[in-house]
This record gives sequence, C-alpha cells and structure tokens, in this order.
Amino acid sequence: MNTPSELLYAKSHEWLRLDQGKGCVGITDHAQSALSDVVFVELPKAGRTVKAGEVVATVESVKAASDIYSPVEGTIVESNATLTSDPGLINREPYGQGWLFKIEPTQPKPNGLLTATEYSATLPS
Amino acid sequence: MSISVSESPLHSCHQSLGARMIPFAGWNLPVEYSGLLAEHKATRQAAGLFDISHMGQIRATGPGALAALEVLLANDPAKLKDGEGHYTFLLNDQGGVIDDLFLYRLGPNDFLLVVNASRHAEDLALLSKQKSNVSFVGSPGSTAGMALQGPRAPAILSKLIQGDLSNPSLPARNHIRQYTIAGQLVLVGATGYTGEEGYEFFMERKAGPKIWDHILATGKSEGLLPCGLGARDSLRLEAGFPLNGQDLSPEITPVEAGLAFFVDVTRPRPFLGRTAVETQKKSGAPRVCIGIKGVTGQPPPRHDYPVFRGDQRIGVITSGVPSPTLGHGIALALVTTPAPPCGQDLEFEVRGRRVPAKVCHRKFLGKR
Repeated sequence: MNTPSELLYAKSHEWLRLDQGKGCVGITDHAQSALSDVVFVELPKAGRTVKAGEVVATVESVKAASDIYSPVEGTIVESNATLTSDPGLINREPYGQGWLFKIEPTQPKPNGLLTATEYSATLPS
Repeated sequence: MSISVSESPLHSCHQSLGARMIPFAGWNLPVEYSGLLAEHKATRQAAGLFDISHMGQIRATGPGALAALEVLLANDPAKLKDGEGHYTFLLNDQGGVIDDLFLYRLGPNDFLLVVNASRHAEDLALLSKQKSNVSFVGSPGSTAGMALQGPRAPAILSKLIQGDLSNPSLPARNHIRQYTIAGQLVLVGATGYTGEEGYEFFMERKAGPKIWDHILATGKSEGLLPCGLGARDSLRLEAGFPLNGQDLSPEITPVEAGLAFFVDVTRPRPFLGRTAVETQKKSGAPRVCIGIKGVTGQPPPRHDYPVFRGDQRIGVITSGVPSPTLGHGIALALVTTPAPPCGQDLEFEVRGRRVPAKVCHRKFLGKR
C-alpha cells in the first residue's frame, strides 16, 4: 500500500496534508482499497466548524457506507465538488484529485496523528 | 452458535487469486477478487464463478424421504419429477421462514436440499426429527459448491461436459444432472442467485479445488471472472431475490415477503406453517415487501433505514444497494399493508435526513 511520507495519518485511515497552515484531507490507499469502488460521497459544507474525530463526511461503495472523521479541529474551507460527479477519483487518486475537503486547523500543530511509518505499522501486512 | 470459522474447500484457490476474505455465517469467504463492479459487470455481460461451498448440501434418502419432506416443506415436493428442482421454504408454526432453500429430486427415494449456511445446522436438526424410513446426511463443511452465472454460462458448461459422452445436453432451467467433469462426479443444477442464466455445481469437498480451477480456465476465453460475496449480493438484489436473515426471517412469512407462490396450499396434507400461511393468503398479511428505487446523486438505501410515506413511518428497508447496472439505489422494504402502488412517492431516512424514492417492481431489471 502507498503511504506518502510527507503526510500525517489518523488511525481511522484519513490523511492530512499541511501546507502553510492550511490542511487538506482524504482517505488512504489502504482505505480506498478496502472500500472498493466508491459510488457516492457526502461532503461537509464550507464554514462548518468541526472537532478532531467528528464525523464530517460519508463515502459509500456498493457494499457499505463508511464514516469519515476529521483528523483535526478547525473550519471547513472547501469540499471537493468534482467527487460528486466522479466519486471513483477516490479509488484512482486517493492522495491527489481524490481529496475530500480542505480545512483551516485551529491549532498549528495537530495532536495525536501518526507518521507514515507509524500508520503503515497499523495495517495488516 | 459456534465461534469457530470454517475454511472453504476452495481456500487455497482464493489465496492464489489474491481474494480479499471476510467472515460470513461462520465461514471465511472471498468478498472480492478484481473488484466488485468488475465482477458484477462480468456476470451481467459474460460470466462469473462464485464459491458457494458454505451453502449446506443435505441429502434425504430412503423410501420415507418424500413423505418426510411433504410434512416439512412449504412447496409440494410431490410435484417434482426425477431430475427436477424448485424453490421452497422450511417454516415455523407461525408461518415465519426458518430457511429458504432449493430442493432437487434426484430419484424417487433421493433428494438434495441446498440450504443457507446460517441455517444449516438448525435445518439438519429439524429434518432429522423425521425418522421413518429416511436419513438426512450432509453436515457443514462436507461438500464443495460453486455457481457459474451469466449469459456465457451455457457456452462454458458445454465446453466443460464435452468429454462426457454419456450426457451430452445441458440441464434445463430448474433441472439437475450428474456429469463427469475433470474426472470428478459433479451434480449440476440449472439455477442461481443473480437473475442470469446459470448453474450450480455440487460435489465432494476434496473435488472442489480441481473443478474450480478447471471451470476458471475453461471460461477464461468467454470473459469468466471469479466473483465474491460483494457482487453476489448486488446481483441478487437487482434480480429481486431475498437474503435470509435480512429479507426473510422467522418473523417474516412468505406471504409478507411476496413469495406466497412457492407455498402450495392446494395439496391435501398438512405441512409446517400451513395454517398460518393459509390464513394470510386468504385474509391478507399485516406487512408486505415492496421494491423501492432511489434517485441518482442521492445516498443509496441500505439495510435497516426507516421508510416514510409523508409523515408516517410505514416500514424499514431490509436490503438496499446502489445498483451497479441502473446507477441509482434499489431496495427491498417491508412496509405495512395496504401496499403503496408502483410509482408512489416515498422517502427513506439516511443519517437523519429524508431522501426521495419511489415504489417500483421488485424485479429491478425488469423481465429477463
């Protein structure tokens, strides 16, 4: 499974990319593979304030609906509107065009997230 | 309930195909190989091969076999001719469904029951109470089974039985025949759980891997893919087939499930659940199963979501899925009678929000 080293990870399989104080969130390669073909997404509205660990989105495959948790506390800035018409982007580019939402974190340094190495160690080999 | 998990006789085949495995009814089974959507599409357009070794194969033999089955089963086993099969139920006294199953008559004193994995032990215990000149054999894990489904299934089966000169023709719909395939004796019934043409193969446990590999190799040029439980569920729901434990249960009767056709109350003799079903057939049931279609771009319906007509909660979704073929959600729901007519607007509740839907025919792909 692909786990880019520049990202932070939640145990619940979301990734966080921090760039000049702004965050971008998606689900990991492992998560998209376990879900299989994503056919529907429900994303948070811009302006919503969320806590770390709060359910903010839902990703549905043919098999099941899965909750997506915010890895950090903050304010939602933008959701990836492209996913509404092409949810399969999550499977094809989980760390790229398949991102879910952008968030402005309350704290500059998020707590409780894992490095790529630590996250990889939580996955079944 | 046992907590041990059984391995399929085809476990090594699944491992070498790189299947993702999940627990299901006490078994460790493949949920997908190449991907649910690809497997679903292959079965609709070409062919799919499914491991159904978890399904119980119970053989009822002896001069008292037919009489015993007449007492137990809801569809009349006396209607079957040698080599014929039909869908039937094992009911409780209230007319609720203990199990839905397929019964084949192999000979005058020889029947094969194909039952759900989750009910296998319970079925066997119930059946075995009938002791008069009949024996029921087939404990969980003793056999292997697989289903070959899809428009190319007949072409693939034709190739598989080419070498068997004693038995040149394919079994007709709902019929069963024995063939020699790859040197092994295999019973092949023409039925399935996908809404496509297809066959189910039944054999001894140890013959399983050889037959599985042989079917996959033979079907490759026809577009055959190995398929997991994921595609099996989306395919069966598109065809409007019930899943035991969701759409059927000891609290749901065949009349409520819309499957009263398979309970024969015209025959003279009593059978388990007869009185309750006869009453419901005459004076109606309190609930009925309907088909529901969702809207593209809205969240799909899922098991256990509540269903509303206006402000009134009228029932619950028993099975729901985003249909890969249709591109919108489809569901079976159990609602209070009178049944809302096809085309009626309904709503179901997803994560605290109402989503629009319509009542539709439960054969979601239409007559095929």
